[in-house]
Amino acid sequence: MPASSVEKPLNSPNKGLFNNTAGFSTLITVTVLLLAWLAGFASRLFAVIRFESIIHEFDPWFNYRSTAYMVQHGFYNFLNWFDERAWYPLGRIVGGTVYPGLMITSGTIHWILHTLNIPIHIRDICVFLAPVFSGLTAIATYLLTSELWSRGAGLFAACFIAIVPGYSSRSVAGSYDNEGIAIFALQFTYYLWLKSVKSGSVFWSVCTALSYFYMVSAWGGYVFIINLIPLHVFVLLIMGRFSQRLFVSYTVFYIIGLLLSMQIPFVGFQPIRTSEHMAASGVFALLMAIGALKYLHSLNPKGQWKQLLILGGLLAAAAVFIAVVLLTYMGVIAPWSGRFYSLWDTGYAKIHIPIIASVSEHQPTTWSSFFFDLHVLVCTFPVGLWYCIKNINDERVFVALYALSAVYFAGVMVRLMLTLTPVVCVLAGIAFSILLDLVLREDELPIPQTESEESKSLYDKAGKLKKRAHEPTLPTDNTGLGMNVRSGILIAFMILLMLFSVHCTWATSNAYSSPSIVLASYGNDGSRKILDDFREAYGWLSQNTAEDARVMSWWDYGYQIAGMGNRTTLVDNNTWNNSHIALVGKAMASNESAAYEIMTMLDVDYVLVIFGGAIGYSGDDINKFIWMVRIAEGEHPKDIHEADYFTERGEYRVDSEASKTMLNCLMYKLSYYRYDSGGSPPGYDRTRGALPGNRGFKLTYLEEAYTTEHWLVRIYRVKKPDEFNRPRIPLAKRIISTTNAVSKKTSKRRKGLLKNKPTLVKGKKVSRLE
Amino acid sequence: MSSLTSVVPKLYQEYITKTPKKLKIIDAYLLYVFLTAVIQFVYCCLVGTFPFNSFLSGFISTVSSFVLGVCLRLQVNPENKNEFQGLSAERGFADFIFAHLVLHLVVINFIG
Repeated sequence: MPASSVEKPLNSPNKGLFNNTAGFSTLITVTVLLLAWLAGFASRLFAVIRFESIIHEFDPWFNYRSTAYMVQHGFYNFLNWFDERAWYPLGRIVGGTVYPGLMITSGTIHWILHTLNIPIHIRDICVFLAPVFSGLTAIATYLLTSELWSRGAGLFAACFIAIVPGYSSRSVAGSYDNEGIAIFALQFTYYLWLKSVKSGSVFWSVCTALSYFYMVSAWGGYVFIINLIPLHVFVLLIMGRFSQRLFVSYTVFYIIGLLLSMQIPFVGFQPIRTSEHMAASGVFALLMAIGALKYLHSLNPKGQWKQLLILGGLLAAAAVFIAVVLLTYMGVIAPWSGRFYSLWDTGYAKIHIPIIASVSEHQPTTWSSFFFDLHVLVCTFPVGLWYCIKNINDERVFVALYALSAVYFAGVMVRLMLTLTPVVCVLAGIAFSILLDLVLREDELPIPQTESEESKSLYDKAGKLKKRAHEPTLPTDNTGLGMNVRSGILIAFMILLMLFSVHCTWATSNAYSSPSIVLASYGNDGSRKILDDFREAYGWLSQNTAEDARVMSWWDYGYQIAGMGNRTTLVDNNTWNNSHIALVGKAMASNESAAYEIMTMLDVDYVLVIFGGAIGYSGDDINKFIWMVRIAEGEHPKDIHEADYFTERGEYRVDSEASKTMLNCLMYKLSYYRYDSGGSPPGYDRTRGALPGNRGFKLTYLEEAYTTEHWLVRIYRVKKPDEFNRPRIPLAKRIISTTNAVSKKTSKRRKGLLKNKPTLVKGKKVSRLE
Repeated sequence: MSSLTSVVPKLYQEYITKTPKKLKIIDAYLLYVFLTAVIQFVYCCLVGTFPFNSFLSGFISTVSSFVLGVCLRLQVNPENKNEFQGLSAERGFADFIFAHLVLHLVVINFIG
């Protein structure tokens, strides 16, 4: 859609731009959207400016690695790629276990640019993909909001989403992850859906399905769409808002979207086999039934159809519901997966799936993070919601449902804040637009014009705008609100918006722009020190270990080891095999000899641990250790007991009061081995503020291979069985006794000679062999 | 029950007299597609679903043809003029063809 909106001003006649309101407002729209794109792009570049053009965090490394593989080997080889460097010894079928939309998108961009002879490296495309898509998201949000309310509201919403921290947290430059493009696909699908409901056109429905297909290929969050749209339809049916437009748009969208979604190998037959997708097909069947009944009704409007219609609808709904339940019991349809249960029951994951609960972004959201991510929008979006419900129509039902469900999900998981952010921007945009409408209503200028002017200048030059927004109210003062009240409200809102943009920039710059593989620390004088230990360690791995060396680490670092160190890992961030992870957790949680057995079983050559004690880095392995214990206990309840790792008073400590199991487990030893840095008493752990309880020990089965500059990453080599536990022999006894030995020179049975070879005696005839 | 038996011939009568010829052609097509879907389903019940993607693509292609046909019928029907404003019968038919293009490209890809 951007293309068409860009072209409009060019086509519009040139006779007096300012007399032509349509042309003028289009010009403003395009300018605002371009500025939003630019500002959104620019505010996401902090990481690149402060550090360098680098891929961030964990998952992006895998995405980058597979994109690079795809660019190098071609699309079909990528689909068939069996990655033997992951999940040793199991391996991973990458093509079938990945949402390929992200790789295909950046691969396509790469291909287009190279066809145009622009030799850009694939890494730069990956780094800048998310910021570029944030602009597209802004445009999609504009379209969605203008479909719902007005173009002015759309411009507000576009400006909000371009810079709001809740979205930029997942889309800063270098954060090359599915969410970066998925939010665009989400918004665009919703826009097309509303468009098709409004027009009842098959064309828009098919476009919705295609956009949905892109979303399916990009992110697992597509389940949100395929449940929200049926919910919308269902609620409309209950409200008695059935229309043939609804029938056309939903049935076409569903059936083509269903077929398209099954084209993604990772999704496969899930859309007809799992409970998460059943709501959609149920609503499809219901709609067909109602459509048929309505048709019969239209043939003979006089009959007693009313009851029959309601009864038939209810019967159809009941039949669909019972069929789904029965099929689930029979095992044809898979029941809800654990990840979905954890959405309904927040305690579920903690009890049953520790691996989900262990991820920090799966924790319930706190109030402060709502405010931090959305700032003033979180207070204003209920206003927009209220107006939407007050002036309800088919589309606004949708946005109300979207808002309510997204608020719920965002409350359950921090990560799902991402789905809430767009709808909050939409509704807050509506709220602000209504407010400005109210305040500026009696203007002589047409409303849309001033409105868009507002939002344009709001964008980032809020300082200038106060005057300009002010002026129109000057000439006319009249009935409704008094002049002073108006300017007061206006100024208050301008200040609010200014604060919002300041907050957004601040939050993006401080909280979300850290690559997390390069750390920065600031000295007292403000000087900046770069800690590049991760890359140092991975670089060491790639230079100094055998090509096929197996590196054991906790799963967080799997993708990075594979991506930067190019070595085989046992477990990684694609946590598909819980028992394998539990085995690694068990090795880390056992004492050295028990761990050695597991490590030899798994062919481990190197062990990598993250230790933040020297620099006070809190995300290190000792702090994550309790999750390793929990996950290990889940699979090996006989050998690992969580309680053993706590003190008697139930504290998690590492100093001399820590439990014996804790002090002797592999993770503890690998972290504190030979550790003598970290401030005044040497060996002080700055992360946990304690002096380690077990110090000066020796390792039997492992030896230190490499430790980075700030002790952050420590790599150990696992010894081979012949390298340890050999009893020390005094020098005197090392001579091999020779008493029983036979001299090789004098013996007849010398090596290399045939038996019974005739001996030669001078003067005698050689005797023949018998 | 008796009312139902009396109503069916009445409905048929209404249909025969009221429906324009264009729509009857579409209805014939819909019936044909519907029967194809039924045949496929019965075949799959008798023989098994082994190449599941082939069955699915065949079955879904008939279901979607049916759905698209119904949509075309709704949009072409002059009674529904108010419902679909700005959508002429020609536009409806163009949309129909576009949807079929997309659909069958995917079906051919999926059928294996």
